[in-house]
Amino acid sequence: MAYATRRLRNLVMMTLCVVSAAIGLGWLLLILGALLYEGFSGLSVAVFTQMTPPPGEAGGLLNAILGSLLMTGIAVVVGTPIGVLAATYMAEYGRHARLTQVVRFINDILLSAPSIIVGLFVYELLVRRMGHFSAIAGAVALAVIVIPVVLRTTEDMLLLVPNALREAGTAIGAPRWIVIRSVAYRAARAGMITGVLLAVARVSGETAPLLFTALSNQFWSTDLNAPMASLPVTIFQFALSPYEDWQALAWTGALIITVAVLTLSILARTLGGRREGR
Amino acid sequence: MSLAMARPDEAARSAAVRRFALADGLFRGLTRAAALLVLVILGGVVVSLVEGSWQALSTFGLGFLATETWNPVTEKFGALAPIYGTLVTAAIAMVIAVPLGIGIAIFLTELCPRPLRRPIGIAVELLAGIPSIIYGIWGLFVFAPFLQRHIQPAIIAATKGIPGLGQLFAGPPYGIGMLTAALILAIMVLPFIASITRDVFETVPAMLKESAFGIGCTTWEVISKVVLPYTRVGVVGGVMLGLGRALGETMAVTFVIGNAHRIAPSLFAPGTTISATIANEFTEAVGDVYTSSLIALGLVLFVITFIVLAAARSMLLRLERRAGG
Amino acid sequence: MSFFNRGGLMAALAGALALSAGSVAHAADISGAGATFPYPIYAKWADAYKKETGNGLNYQSIGSGGGIKQIKAKTVTFGASDMPLKPEELKEAGLTQFPTVMGGVVPVVNLEGIAPGQITLDGPTLAKIFLGEITSWDDAAIKALNPDVKLPSDAIAVVHRSDGSGTTFIYSNYLAQVSPDWKAKVGTNTSLEWPTGIGAKGNEGVAANVAQTAGSIGYVEYAYAKQNKLTFIKLVNAEGEAVEPTAEAFQAAAGGVDWTKAEDFYVILTNEPGAKSWPIAGATFILVYKKPDDAAATGEALKFFDWAYKNGDAMATDLAYVPLPDDLVTLIEASWAKNVLGADGKPVLAAK
Repeated sequence: MAYATRRLRNLVMMTLCVVSAAIGLGWLLLILGALLYEGFSGLSVAVFTQMTPPPGEAGGLLNAILGSLLMTGIAVVVGTPIGVLAATYMAEYGRHARLTQVVRFINDILLSAPSIIVGLFVYELLVRRMGHFSAIAGAVALAVIVIPVVLRTTEDMLLLVPNALREAGTAIGAPRWIVIRSVAYRAARAGMITGVLLAVARVSGETAPLLFTALSNQFWSTDLNAPMASLPVTIFQFALSPYEDWQALAWTGALIITVAVLTLSILARTLGGRREGR
Repeated sequence: MSLAMARPDEAARSAAVRRFALADGLFRGLTRAAALLVLVILGGVVVSLVEGSWQALSTFGLGFLATETWNPVTEKFGALAPIYGTLVTAAIAMVIAVPLGIGIAIFLTELCPRPLRRPIGIAVELLAGIPSIIYGIWGLFVFAPFLQRHIQPAIIAATKGIPGLGQLFAGPPYGIGMLTAALILAIMVLPFIASITRDVFETVPAMLKESAFGIGCTTWEVISKVVLPYTRVGVVGGVMLGLGRALGETMAVTFVIGNAHRIAPSLFAPGTTISATIANEFTEAVGDVYTSSLIALGLVLFVITFIVLAAARSMLLRLERRAGG
Repeated sequence: MSFFNRGGLMAALAGALALSAGSVAHAADISGAGATFPYPIYAKWADAYKKETGNGLNYQSIGSGGGIKQIKAKTVTFGASDMPLKPEELKEAGLTQFPTVMGGVVPVVNLEGIAPGQITLDGPTLAKIFLGEITSWDDAAIKALNPDVKLPSDAIAVVHRSDGSGTTFIYSNYLAQVSPDWKAKVGTNTSLEWPTGIGAKGNEGVAANVAQTAGSIGYVEYAYAKQNKLTFIKLVNAEGEAVEPTAEAFQAAAGGVDWTKAEDFYVILTNEPGAKSWPIAGATFILVYKKPDDAAATGEALKFFDWAYKNGDAMATDLAYVPLPDDLVTLIEASWAKNVLGADGKPVLAAK
């Protein structure tokens, strides 16, 4: 091929790459712009200090924010150890076991299963048996979503830990579980934190699994055994209502979630970046 | 960690070893139990799905998969239209997002000025963090009207009378429809594909690329002849993750697909997907057959996801074997 | 997992548990779930009720179908539905129902140069449009009803609800009454197999799509049409009069009904007689058990609705709902005293 043709082809392809990057970034800016434009005007102290109002009155999103924090928190506390322990088995004890292969495959399916199905499962498992909706059921549904995310990232990170480190630990006579705890976990720590943060980011925007488990609550409630409000469900209900003040609150809630999730993502990336840089 | 070191007393030493062995066994058992729990959870999900969809499947049999009718009044349900919509929107989304994503990855690894690489990389990943209801609302209020007013009429006029294309882009321009849903899906999976592709591009040893540049290859030639062949396993993995998300995405699609249980040749026509149907109709479904049919749709989606992931796994394995062999 | 991190999470959990333990004492808040249509007014009533009495009542909109399912599964104290259950279905489940507020369904259009109320349609024409038989705005049938209006030749784009909805139930019930064709081909339900058009999620989605699509027609709840100042149309009612959708027109529709004859208040207010009646109106219903397991909770719920009937009319009107006529409220409260009984056979809502 003539040099000129090759140069031309290169130029065309590289231009296309720049164009696609511009499109990707342009889209992000457009969506964030719309969100900021709609959500920012409603942002005030009241949003963080008052309860969700009936239409036509001033109010905030405090009970929904609290509910989201509480249920996400419990989901992470329950889901993280399970995910980490399962990943530990897969990366450390049973690296070549048949079970590991099966769990890895199953986990990938759980990772991309539609969240509404998880909601239905927990509804049958807990809500029907307990006889009422509850924050606990909501938290369990979210935990089911947390587990595969944490498991996946933790396993990946543990597999990246050089075997030489483990061998060094074993060579000084430490038993395996101490090697895992003090060597492998420590080396993979940043990546594992990334995984947890990604999981938080994923569940804090979930509507479908909460609708049939935690339901929602108009009032302030910290009772884990009763229905509890959450930001995504509140946004969903308010955004589809005819009243302007509710719609404004929905946009503000959406902005809060997005900013929180983006902050977590950036935090996760920088932590992950520090690991790579080291 | 110096616990077991240099204890002269043999009995104390073996006691310590036994204690360690016990603790290790416990820990091992604990991790194994956690791994098994993951299996149990999926098993539970599958069992509740099968149980819930039993009535629909026993009423309609395999015909459930091949029937287009979805009639809540006469309680005749078939999954063909949602299956079609799910597959078509996901396929179009991938056709758009894969080249774009790879383009972004090439831009980030080869063309972008160094100081900008990290911020832009993070920015693209942020697209993945936006809750999907936001995509839906944005798609409905901003993107769909834009398509309806400025893009669709032009395409309809341009393709009118051309066999094939004319039917594919037949009017009227609603704004929302199969193509709009596919475009929104493309935006949503783009960051997955772009960031994973970038990550695997960065694993290419510098020496390989430098030797190619050294013999006078252009950047494009280095990418197409060296980087892509070297990283294809990882790229396929990223694409499959994106596909998984595209198949199961609910909220964003529900807002922009038009939710009609029909199979229309035109991409501008409204359609529906499995997850959009469930999200739309589950809360108002009255009657056991109706509810059961919706859960059966969930089961179908589960099976589709399963097949896609299994196909991806085996493709990756084959590629690995070929590359390794 | 780093230990400082897990420690932090544990502390958070401990805090959460402590918080929840503190609030168990007044956990007796009643919960109900169901229809989306009355969600705003129930939320408003509940807020005012809590301010006045200190008792909370948590109502959540999960859809009428969800409300019926949840009350049958006994996960809530009361269910709510925009679609009344048939008396035999109620009997089978041991439930009773009563209406709370009314509203109506309003067809809305997007036609250039056409103001609200400028176009008139009748039932059969409306049915033909939604059947896909009339496809253009300058169709002879529409022209005949609007001799003075200059109709565009735009194609008609039909917009309907994609999610199951009480609104769709009332609307399709009306079309089935005025058009035998509709009854035979489509029927009446909360979701339908639509012969034409695009489906949009929620009233919001229908409104947005009608607003965006030139030549479109859709249907939304009255509160929605009013709040968003959509271009509604006039409808020809059962007496042959063209009426505008107003609160008075909905009340007129309810006024013609002899509620004493309606078993379990099973009435759908479509195509009702009366020169001023809007033909597509409906009430929204509450479902409770006749012999509730938790009589105290059901009693609290009835106390709430009793309060709302007495004090909630102005709030309802503010939000573009239509309060029930007083004689109907008397009938409802009489039915509570007769039907909703505790284990001791006494009414759960103590008479005053």
